[in-house]
Amino acid sequence: MALEMLLLLAFPLAGGALLALLGHRQYAAEINTAFSILTFGAAASLVARVIAEGSVTALEEQFFVDSLNVFLVALTAFVAMTSSLFSRPYMRIERMHGRVSDAGMRLYHSMYQLFSFTMLLVLTTNNLGIMWVAMEAATLTTVLLIALYRTHASLEAAWKYFILCGVGIAQALFGTILVYFAAERILGAGGVSLLWTHLDAVKGELEPTVMAIAFVFLLVGYGTKVGLVPLHNWLPDAHAEGPTPISAVLSGLLLNVALYALIRFKVITDGALDRPFASALLMGFGLLSVAVAAFFLSRQRDIKRMFAYSSIEHMGLITFAFGMGGPVASFAGLLHMTVHSLTKSAIFFAVGHASQKSGTQLMENIRGLVQVSPTIGWGLMLGTAAILGMPPFGVFASEFLILTTAIAQQPWAAPVLLISLGVSFAAIFGKVQGMVFGEMSSSMSGSSGSMSGSPSAARLAHRPAMVPAFTHLALVLLLGLYVPPYLADWYRRAAQLIG
Amino acid sequence: MLQHYGPQVINLLAAVLLLLAFAMLAQRRILSLINLFAAQGLVLFLATALVAALTGQTHLYWSAGVTLLLKVLLLPWILHRLIRRLNVKWDVETLLNIPTTMLVGIVLVILAFNVAAPISELAGTVTRSTLGIALACVLLSFLMMITRSKAVPQVVGFLSMENGLFFAATAAVYGMPMVVELGVALDVLVAALILGVFVFQIRERFDSVDTRHLENLKER
Amino acid sequence: MSASGLAAQFTELVLAVLLAPLLTGWVNQCRAWLQNRSAPGLLQPYRVLAKLFRKEVVLAHNASPLFRTAPYLIFGCLALAAAIVPTLGTDLPLNAAADAIALVGLLALTRFFTALAGMDVGTAFGSMGARREMMVGFLAEPALLMVLFTASLISQSTSLSTIVETIAHRELVIYPSLAFAGVAFTMVSLAENGRIPVDNPATHLELTMIHEAMLLEYSGRHLAMIEWAASLKLFVYSCVGIALFFPFGVPPGGDALGIVLALPVLAAKLAVGGVALALIELVSAKMRIFRAPEFMGSAFLLAVLAMLVHALLES
Repeated sequence: MALEMLLLLAFPLAGGALLALLGHRQYAAEINTAFSILTFGAAASLVARVIAEGSVTALEEQFFVDSLNVFLVALTAFVAMTSSLFSRPYMRIERMHGRVSDAGMRLYHSMYQLFSFTMLLVLTTNNLGIMWVAMEAATLTTVLLIALYRTHASLEAAWKYFILCGVGIAQALFGTILVYFAAERILGAGGVSLLWTHLDAVKGELEPTVMAIAFVFLLVGYGTKVGLVPLHNWLPDAHAEGPTPISAVLSGLLLNVALYALIRFKVITDGALDRPFASALLMGFGLLSVAVAAFFLSRQRDIKRMFAYSSIEHMGLITFAFGMGGPVASFAGLLHMTVHSLTKSAIFFAVGHASQKSGTQLMENIRGLVQVSPTIGWGLMLGTAAILGMPPFGVFASEFLILTTAIAQQPWAAPVLLISLGVSFAAIFGKVQGMVFGEMSSSMSGSSGSMSGSPSAARLAHRPAMVPAFTHLALVLLLGLYVPPYLADWYRRAAQLIG
Repeated sequence: MLQHYGPQVINLLAAVLLLLAFAMLAQRRILSLINLFAAQGLVLFLATALVAALTGQTHLYWSAGVTLLLKVLLLPWILHRLIRRLNVKWDVETLLNIPTTMLVGIVLVILAFNVAAPISELAGTVTRSTLGIALACVLLSFLMMITRSKAVPQVVGFLSMENGLFFAATAAVYGMPMVVELGVALDVLVAALILGVFVFQIRERFDSVDTRHLENLKER
Repeated sequence: MSASGLAAQFTELVLAVLLAPLLTGWVNQCRAWLQNRSAPGLLQPYRVLAKLFRKEVVLAHNASPLFRTAPYLIFGCLALAAAIVPTLGTDLPLNAAADAIALVGLLALTRFFTALAGMDVGTAFGSMGARREMMVGFLAEPALLMVLFTASLISQSTSLSTIVETIAHRELVIYPSLAFAGVAFTMVSLAENGRIPVDNPATHLELTMIHEAMLLEYSGRHLAMIEWAASLKLFVYSCVGIALFFPFGVPPGGDALGIVLALPVLAAKLAVGGVALALIELVSAKMRIFRAPEFMGSAFLLAVLAMLVHALLES
């Protein structure tokens, strides 16, 4: 048991170290992918072990994998792997367009692996203090990546990201200190008071006032990383300005990981307080995020910003589902976490190549994708259909469950949800349809870049890497039709845990 | 004698910490800002060492040592070097005028004291009354960050926020477990280094480190 | 009211009036030493006063009676203030009426009359000086009040004698709130006495004058009274500072022997205070006029902070 865990964390760490030295070489991207594949292998064997033995703790209880985080571990490793596969040709094209330097590529590759390491550490650690440290480290590894292109906009985005997330995370540290304070009175001083498994055992005895105050700080802190409104200001910029593989992993993985941390604390807080305090807060912030994101989404002109707002909306929806609680809603929330992650990263893969093809991220200037490159066009169309909740994709199933539970349990929220989802549906669908099927504009129909500067509709030196995107979409389709029994079992047990 | 005067001296050090936080808020010159930050680190070191001596928690000695190394020596050195290389010793512009900022600061202090009061009552440490001051320092650093328009004062605000949190941990729970403390220290160090690199990139691109240039990505 | 108390009060008054110029001379001497130049001597302020008393008074023809009486009013208020600050004994006869708030009131009265006198003749400089003085003063007064309130909260009374007795004769306790209050008080005294960094006492430039501007019209014995009152003000502030923050050595009852023993202690404390003032003036640069409200604002907020810290840490 300890071995899989060690390997899971050692591979990305070693990869990061190695790529810090070699990241600028020609074969760096292959090394990156290799390490990601190895990490996924370790994750798969860990998952197999959990299927066989149930939840497992390792290394003097410092690591803990149960039904809540096992699928997240697998998901993270998987998406990191497919993103690294996507990143290979994508970054090569970016390199050739001169947008990234050698030093930049070295930074990119080593930070990519370190980022995977920190995310996996957050997911598998049992120690709430280490969870904070790893979360902060995850922020730090991605800051410089967002600023990779060194444009005005990307520097601004990275600065905002750093400051806002840094401040938020500092609040989360205060919350963690308060939780430790409450736990110390029951469990005694020392490292054992920070272990989630022990806290879960004694959560009924923790001091309610302290836990309530702590949860507020933690919600503000980790909620900033999840992108809950009104703490979301960094998200559209950060996800839009970085390189696309980073946008994909940020949207698809980091938001999930932050929400996971929040959920762990919610479980303990719910045990300590009698009132549905935590649930009410989660529902409120979730609903607010859905509504505000839908509103802003319809006004976006940059394609990546639009999909970043879509991420805020979906994370809001998941938070709302967890706030509602109950077996169905929590199940739906967990399922939605999975399918959203897969779909959003697939969309970003398609969007990345689309903007490379057309040399711009403004939606009005991207037209007729299906004619320029059928794979990109159809990939984007299918991805959009999936994220908007069209059956038979998995997102439909989870959204349906969430909405029906909302109508049953919180009827006042249902109209807000429906309207917001409707508004975003109309906005995204309209824009994407224009991009995919619209009339090709002149800037797209030219052959290799005749205009100076922007490589408009250039024949990309490599074929767009759409295999990862389609793999993700296939998985989402599969999950919409059939959830494998062990996965369903984990969702059910985790839902029970969340309450 | 240590038992009698120790808690009083810790209270005094906590008050000095709060004073330094206010001084940073009112400070105009960037060089003095960094020196105040180093002074804050020194006060923190003294307070932690004193708590360690009072309560016999030996791991706090290590914590104090790490604080001294990181926050009094290493981080100010990094910041000074950054200032020298950036070659700027500006008069720091603030977004609100200083009296208003100080007034908002007072309100935040009252807020922090109120939030921390129920927790202080429950604590069993000798330093429990200083939790309110720690939270006040955090909020004041946060205020400093949002009322400054240049990059380096925002960085100093961020780092002094970590100072406040460290003091909160010492005050409420005699410090977090060692491994967590080390992790946090590492994070802070890496953050400072990354910020150093970052400020350079900003300067390169914008020819200025005024963060008001970094406000173009907005919703229209 | 005891005989020794009466004696103490009287001695305090006489001492203050007679020795205030000496304190000013001492501060100037220290400053000169620190700046590596030779000072005009410790007794120079007395020589200046003597010279001014001998000179003729020149009045503007539109000067009102207020203009002529203001110097005496100012001097009188400050002399009274000097009398009620307990420096040589705490059993003073005026204790019942003379508490911290009355002290601030007396100082405010002083400022009021100075400003009116400055504006009386109608010159530009006078009005300008009065305006600037009020700008500094409107925040200095609440700051001073807050400082005194902090000390009052610790000793549970606003009577100055009770404050001195409580702080002097309790066992040594470190009060963080007094630390804050001390800083605030220093800032207030610098402003009120027209010292660097708020005002340069030697300047006569239009751009930088605050206190001097109001005195430009005075001459002869009126100017002498006002200059004497200014040194008396410095003396009063120093004594208040000593009473609040370093009240050790003040005898409780105030018998004759106690008064005599308290004298050298007071002299020593004032000497040290003078050196400290000279040092502060040395290392600070005069700040621009529009920054003065900020400075005073910081002092006020520090004083409020002192009260908050007291509420949090010491109760």
